Amino acid sequence: MTVKEIFETMEYGPAPESAADALAWIVDQGSRFGQFIGGDWTAARGEFHSKNPANGETLADLTQAIPSEIDDAVAAARKAQPGWQGLGGHGRAKYLYAIARLMQKHARLFAVLETLDNGKPISESRDIDIPLAQRHFYYHAGMAQLMDSELPGRVPHGVCGQIVPWNFPLLMLSWKIAPALAAGNTVVLKPAEYTSLTALLFADICTQAGLPKGVVNIVTGDGAVGEMIVSHPGIDKIAFTGSTEVGRIIRRATAGTGKALTLELGGKSPYIVFEDADIDSAIEGLVDAIWFNQGQVCCAGSRLLVQEGIAETFHARLRARMDKLRLGNPLDKCIDVGAIVDPVQLRAVSDMVDASTTGEVYRANVEMPVEGCFYPPTLITGLHPSDRLMQDEIFGPVLVGTTFRTPAEAVQMANNTRYGLAATLWSENINVALDIAPKLAAGVVWINGTNMFDAAAGFGGVRESGFGREGGWEGMSAYTRPATKTKTLTALLPFKGKNTPTDPLDRTAKLYVGGKQARPDGGYSRGVYAPKGALLGHVGIANRKDIRNAVEAAQGAAGWSGTTGHNRAQILYYIAENLSARAGEFAHRLNQMTGKRNGAREVEASISRLFTYAAWADKFDGQTHNVPIRAVALAMREPVGVIGAFCDDAHPLLGLISLMGPAMAMGNRSVLIASEPFPLAATDFYQVLETSDVPGGVVNILTGSHTELAPALAGHMDVDAVWSFSSTDLSKEIESSAAGNLKRTWVNNGQDRDWFGPAGEGRYFLDAATEVKNIWVPYGA
Amino acid sequence: MATAAKTDTQLPQAFEARNPGQALDLDWVLGAQANRSAIERRTASLPGRRSVKKDYQAAWLCRAVSCIDLTTLSGDDTRGRVRRLCAKAVQPVRADILQELGMEGLTVGAVCVYHDMVETAVEALDGTGIPVAAVSTGFPAGLSPFDLRVAEIVESVKAGAAEIDIVISRRHVLTGNWQALYDEMRAFRSACGEAHVKAILATGELGTLKNVARASLICMMAGADFIKTSTGKESVNATLPVSLTMIRAIRDYHQRTGYRVGYKPAGGISKAKDALTYLALMKEELGDRWLRPDLFRFGASSLLGDIERQLEHHVTGHYSAAHRHAIG
Repeated sequence: MTVKEIFETMEYGPAPESAADALAWIVDQGSRFGQFIGGDWTAARGEFHSKNPANGETLADLTQAIPSEIDDAVAAARKAQPGWQGLGGHGRAKYLYAIARLMQKHARLFAVLETLDNGKPISESRDIDIPLAQRHFYYHAGMAQLMDSELPGRVPHGVCGQIVPWNFPLLMLSWKIAPALAAGNTVVLKPAEYTSLTALLFADICTQAGLPKGVVNIVTGDGAVGEMIVSHPGIDKIAFTGSTEVGRIIRRATAGTGKALTLELGGKSPYIVFEDADIDSAIEGLVDAIWFNQGQVCCAGSRLLVQEGIAETFHARLRARMDKLRLGNPLDKCIDVGAIVDPVQLRAVSDMVDASTTGEVYRANVEMPVEGCFYPPTLITGLHPSDRLMQDEIFGPVLVGTTFRTPAEAVQMANNTRYGLAATLWSENINVALDIAPKLAAGVVWINGTNMFDAAAGFGGVRESGFGREGGWEGMSAYTRPATKTKTLTALLPFKGKNTPTDPLDRTAKLYVGGKQARPDGGYSRGVYAPKGALLGHVGIANRKDIRNAVEAAQGAAGWSGTTGHNRAQILYYIAENLSARAGEFAHRLNQMTGKRNGAREVEASISRLFTYAAWADKFDGQTHNVPIRAVALAMREPVGVIGAFCDDAHPLLGLISLMGPAMAMGNRSVLIASEPFPLAATDFYQVLETSDVPGGVVNILTGSHTELAPALAGHMDVDAVWSFSSTDLSKEIESSAAGNLKRTWVNNGQDRDWFGPAGEGRYFLDAATEVKNIWVPYGA
Repeated sequence: MATAAKTDTQLPQAFEARNPGQALDLDWVLGAQANRSAIERRTASLPGRRSVKKDYQAAWLCRAVSCIDLTTLSGDDTRGRVRRLCAKAVQPVRADILQELGMEGLTVGAVCVYHDMVETAVEALDGTGIPVAAVSTGFPAGLSPFDLRVAEIVESVKAGAAEIDIVISRRHVLTGNWQALYDEMRAFRSACGEAHVKAILATGELGTLKNVARASLICMMAGADFIKTSTGKESVNATLPVSLTMIRAIRDYHQRTGYRVGYKPAGGISKAKDALTYLALMKEELGDRWLRPDLFRFGASSLLGDIERQLEHHVTGHYSAAHRHAIG
């Protein structure tokens, strides 16, 4: 076309970014890559290919890692770890800073390589992925520098195995590697098999930064390699970002191994538009929500909920906006939607959409490229929560939606999902926005904006979107553990007896459910005997139905989570007061059951512990993260929900109160399984609870076999977290059963804990009793 | 007659029914929302998402030239100065460059002057087809007596101005006196008669984007042919967020009434790259129809110089210098 013609048509024309430098880099590496282990490259075998999804061309030949290579990588990481940790915070900070600088210096190379390999528009890799990746290294250089002073008593896990997905290859690598290295861990990271190239370039950067050999190891391959990492005995922590399905497999595979685990999984994030929203901005936000990276975003605002009164105009304007999207060559600087990462993924998206027979389907009226993996931006309205497309993750440029009537209904619909990664809401009314945001079941909430990320603000989900946070102080803590040394516990067995009571007046200990004493469903009891065999009383043997009833009661007490910290503190003080009034009796009971003379001390420690959590109830504040835009990112501490906990066996009262205290203080409801051998202190405690204004259902206590109750409690889909400090090692059972709804777990791995010392209370418990929700609130008059 | 035809193509009614305005609809006005952060994000990310290169860039820059209201609004304007500007309006880009581009005959959209210079400009542009716009109504503050402001319009039209750039009373917006704003605009429109009226909102003095959105809607309801950001005399003039707010109001107005109202960002646009971004913003948010001088103008004095240098670079492959292009 001539200039004169273009002057009339005013078309954009092609604006391609050159691929030359990136392709030259691949050629310089021989177009074949081995594994990056211990600072060196292994011989390339080239069993699989990295392809450009925009045209199907092979970019490089990659090597499927074999078990011996994983062994080598783990060994290299292990060897490097003490030295890396030993460098100290400042020593590590220097390297992280150097990596950040080098990433910045090679920013365009990274961006073009990412786009070639993944198919995302160059404008996104250039303006979002790569700058954010750099930012993570800068931010965590600072974390390394401050770790010694700000995280006293915490040490790195050791060797971290990290598995990242193909949708943000370098960015997810950065989210994993930067905090791990900052904390003093070394890593073995596997990029996704579709998109390994920027990870391999990153390996090159590590060499250029002079990073000590073995601190970062990159291994390539498919899910089989991921499995090798997950199951490798030499790895201390696994961090995974990917599908919920694989996350569940990893949860089961690592159960009981003592490996720490964080999972960042799928989502079906709601995008809520209230009638008073800036509609045009909310529509533009959808472009960044669901057509960003072709919708291949775990936190994509993929479920549109529009207030009924504005739905018609909203949808009409949205369709008009969709027609303005430009699909095509991802290297073109004028493209909004690039290529789907692989033909397999493209088929999965179209199969899922084609299988749906409900709703009104609108495909953007845009020019489609003739070759490559492309899917048109799609809107499906008029769906209902019962439709599969409203529940399951599509992971493509497909937005599904329905309408709501009131703020309460918006919350109900938004939370009607197994996932809980992110949520977006649009309203110009601060009252509506700040009321709704905390009510949404999500780890991240964006108000009047979407897909805002920063290293300073934690990212991660609740429910089946996984657990753990990446970014911020909360993300840093996931790469550290307390420095305390522990000893292996031996299972404490109940004393056997001769069936003669010490006191002929029978006192029947029942279960404590919903604020009432309840007989065990099964109708069985067992005797509790003193060390010398005297019968001290009987306790009910709870079964799975008692678990069901207790969880139901706990769910029914949801109001507790909405009470004020001050109020919760008052009740905890009151419990302490009432326990104190009966201190002698409890001390006697403890001595009687255990045959020791520690009772008085344990009661005193329990009263002190209640004071500790009463104190914390209104002081465990959230944070305002310092994000680099005009916004506040509020990191709010929210209760986890319903916590099931197996209490320490050896300290029948202190063990119980040490778990009940933080759970209550942070607004959780709990189902506590009392000390198995010495349950009578817990059953005596019912009366203390009953006289202390504890609302029914906030605390539920069961007695029975830990081993028998563990699968029912850990497998319950309406329990949000399970903790175990039982002397019977339930870790494997609990972590494995927890995979069902991916509930949070905190288990002792059969190790002891000093319940009287600093390890018995404090921030670690409070962290476990809360989720951090990051609420982004951009503002501007 | 050729003159008249050319002039008409620059004005809205050449292809479009002129916006007649409508009754003040306060429900609509007060329902307008403008979220500053979201609007800023959109405008900040747009230049990274839209890019025109090579011949396309040259063509787009020529398009920008065709939409310029070449302006002089200085106390020291003289007849000689205005004639020089008009000469530049007729030949905005060096002839050899235009020839190379195949864009001979390219002119700016209009010449914009104070009332006293209207006659001179009309005379100087006679036969070129380039309309003369007059700033009016006590420009730039708009605080002279109301009947004098109306009379000023009438005088300028009589002197031959085809377009009148009026300034609204900012105080009506700042105090929420929407009826007064509507009535004032109605009176100005009526005084313009056949001349086209551009409503200058002086957005730098309206305080919030929501006020910008509301004032935009009211001026359109009262019959504005164009809405324009600024006088160029406020401390903050045209910005992308303000532009996005105004053109979304134009889109809303078009969707509801069927009438197309034009847009003119003025002040602060001095780089060729900025002009491309504005054109992309118009194309994305309003569509190609708004990329022509009958619906889009740049109020600018120094923008043309940068475009000339870029066009010479396009043609020769060498970076240019200001002194190689005629001053206006």
